[in-house]
Amino acid sequence: MVKKLTLSGILIRLVFFALAIYVLFPFFLVVINVFRTANDIVANPVSTAGMKFSNLSNNLKSVINNTNFSFWSAFGTSALVTFLSIALLALFGGMAAWVICRNKTKWSTFIYMVFIASMIIPFQVVMLPLISTFRDVGKFLGIGMLQTFHGIIFAYLGFGGAMTVFILTGFIKTVPFELEEAAAIDGCSPEGTYFKIILPLLKPPIVTVTILNGMWIWNDYLLPSLMLGHNGKVKTLPVAVQAFVGSYVKQWDLILTAAMLAIVPMIILFLFAQKQIMGGLVDGAIKS
Amino acid sequence: MKSLFQADNRVRDEHDNDSLTSGAQTIAHTGPFTDRAISLIPLIAGLAVTFAALILDFTGSKLSFRGGLLIAGVILFFIGLYLYPTKKHHRAIVNIIFLFPLLFCFVVTVIIPFGLGLFYSTTDWNGIRMTKFTGLGNYITMFKEQSFLWSLVLTVLFVIVNMVLVNVIGLSLAVLCTSKMKSVGFFRASFFIPNLIGGIVLGYIWQFIFNNVVLKWTFETFGYNSSMLSKYNTGFLAIIIVYIWQYAGYIMMIYITGLTTVPSDVIEASAIDGATAVQTFFRIKLPMIASTITVCTFLTLQSAFKQFDVNMALTNGTGSVTFLGQYLSNGTQMLALNIYNTAITKNNYSMGQAKAVLFFIILSIVSMLQVHISNKREVEM
Repeated sequence: MVKKLTLSGILIRLVFFALAIYVLFPFFLVVINVFRTANDIVANPVSTAGMKFSNLSNNLKSVINNTNFSFWSAFGTSALVTFLSIALLALFGGMAAWVICRNKTKWSTFIYMVFIASMIIPFQVVMLPLISTFRDVGKFLGIGMLQTFHGIIFAYLGFGGAMTVFILTGFIKTVPFELEEAAAIDGCSPEGTYFKIILPLLKPPIVTVTILNGMWIWNDYLLPSLMLGHNGKVKTLPVAVQAFVGSYVKQWDLILTAAMLAIVPMIILFLFAQKQIMGGLVDGAIKS
Repeated sequence: MKSLFQADNRVRDEHDNDSLTSGAQTIAHTGPFTDRAISLIPLIAGLAVTFAALILDFTGSKLSFRGGLLIAGVILFFIGLYLYPTKKHHRAIVNIIFLFPLLFCFVVTVIIPFGLGLFYSTTDWNGIRMTKFTGLGNYITMFKEQSFLWSLVLTVLFVIVNMVLVNVIGLSLAVLCTSKMKSVGFFRASFFIPNLIGGIVLGYIWQFIFNNVVLKWTFETFGYNSSMLSKYNTGFLAIIIVYIWQYAGYIMMIYITGLTTVPSDVIEASAIDGATAVQTFFRIKLPMIASTITVCTFLTLQSAFKQFDVNMALTNGTGSVTFLGQYLSNGTQMLALNIYNTAITKNNYSMGQAKAVLFFIILSIVSMLQVHISNKREVEM
């Protein structure tokens, strides 16, 4: 019995290691090859021959200063767009969810139903009219919506709204209404009740929606590529990587360095908030 | 539901009484006119500024500050509305102010383009303007287009293969990761990592692997000197490999959550009854996580169906194939990429839009099916 158990234990460990190697192998390749020159990589992609720090710094220099990629600007854009979008989604989403949840009128039910139903709509079906609407309305009102920060943040508020409201509404329903009654009796205004009583209780679901929205917005490619364009001044990281690869076909030393630069921020974040990220993504999937 | 409603009303009444008294206090301090004046100034100024901006818009002015003017006007108007001293409607005003920002963004970015999209799919819209209606013309032409039908077939195939493989692999990983072992946390995290990275970036990393590492390997072992990505069948296989690599860890995490909810006393009871580990898994655990299986199945279904980033970065749809007697060059192009290429690359916007509407119809049928199945399961339980 004991012997059999250890045998299966060893087997499981072996399977585990094989799988982990398969999963982590691409990252390993990226890490070793950013230290090498293009000729070395083509000669043998899976080798540590010719790994030098000077190669890495050369690769980094040519990638970061490349005009198609302009890493710092793309990184800054991605960070700013993601941060502002998730913060505003949490703020406005919570407010909207609270109003929808605590008003049992025909209108609030209708708005909630529209939010839920819209979650089925795939991006592909709205993307073409979205761009033309943003172009035309922007021109008419004198507020540029394409190739601007506020335009893309506005779009993310619209697209992330439904899911945010859905998850937060589900949570607010479980918050006892007596809390709000008590606050109202004590003379608290409705907006005060929300910000002082309800919002502090919403921390766990807000963490969940923030992670879901953050991962999606940071990695999103199609919306920024359509709204910002590949040659525009404002570019997010995925769009910049795409533009860079498009202009340096087969320059694997540079492409892999660019890929590494795009991956590293996410991995660092994951190392710090591993539990929250994994939990948040799973929670979101189960609830929606 | 009803009691909640009554509670709501009761509170509103109490709150109104309360604000009545506090209103009376403010009147005693500052007087009703000051209060109203404070709110009316931004209210009227906001309206005036908004109208001024709109007049500039309609007269075709090119003044660049008119956009800022409009936003300032709307914000001023809402500030005035918020400050307006009313006992009765304060709650309603707060509701409007709370709901407005998100609802406005949502309507402008989702609802209006969605309606326009349905409309444009029946016209000859070219992305900027339309000249005439074509009725169902786009839809009929679309089904006569072999490359589109091929994309449809390929997508369905991709969805079925992935639905099975991702779930089987994800569940197996979850079983492995719930076994009592020390370093399980490390493995969980490493299986999950690919899911953190966007499809574009990992598509290029895998392109490197297929075009260099795998090519070198197949050449040295089989003397096969062409990349997996250059042929439609191996290219398709490559997309499946990358998709599973990216997605199985995520599905695994959901299955782990499901498996840990199986009560341990049930498992102990089955162990006492002499069930083997395999029997316990198939007879006890699997039926108990049926709802998780539904969730994961539909999650993979939807996400595989919408697959775009990896498809674009890995093969960009290339690969020649003969289908329905026609030579096609889009052997690995799936539906989402086909829509994108029809509209953006080939500049045929109304056709792309019609394909997108079909895409939407298929997805909504799938969603309804999902709701139906999970409701049925809840009734059974």
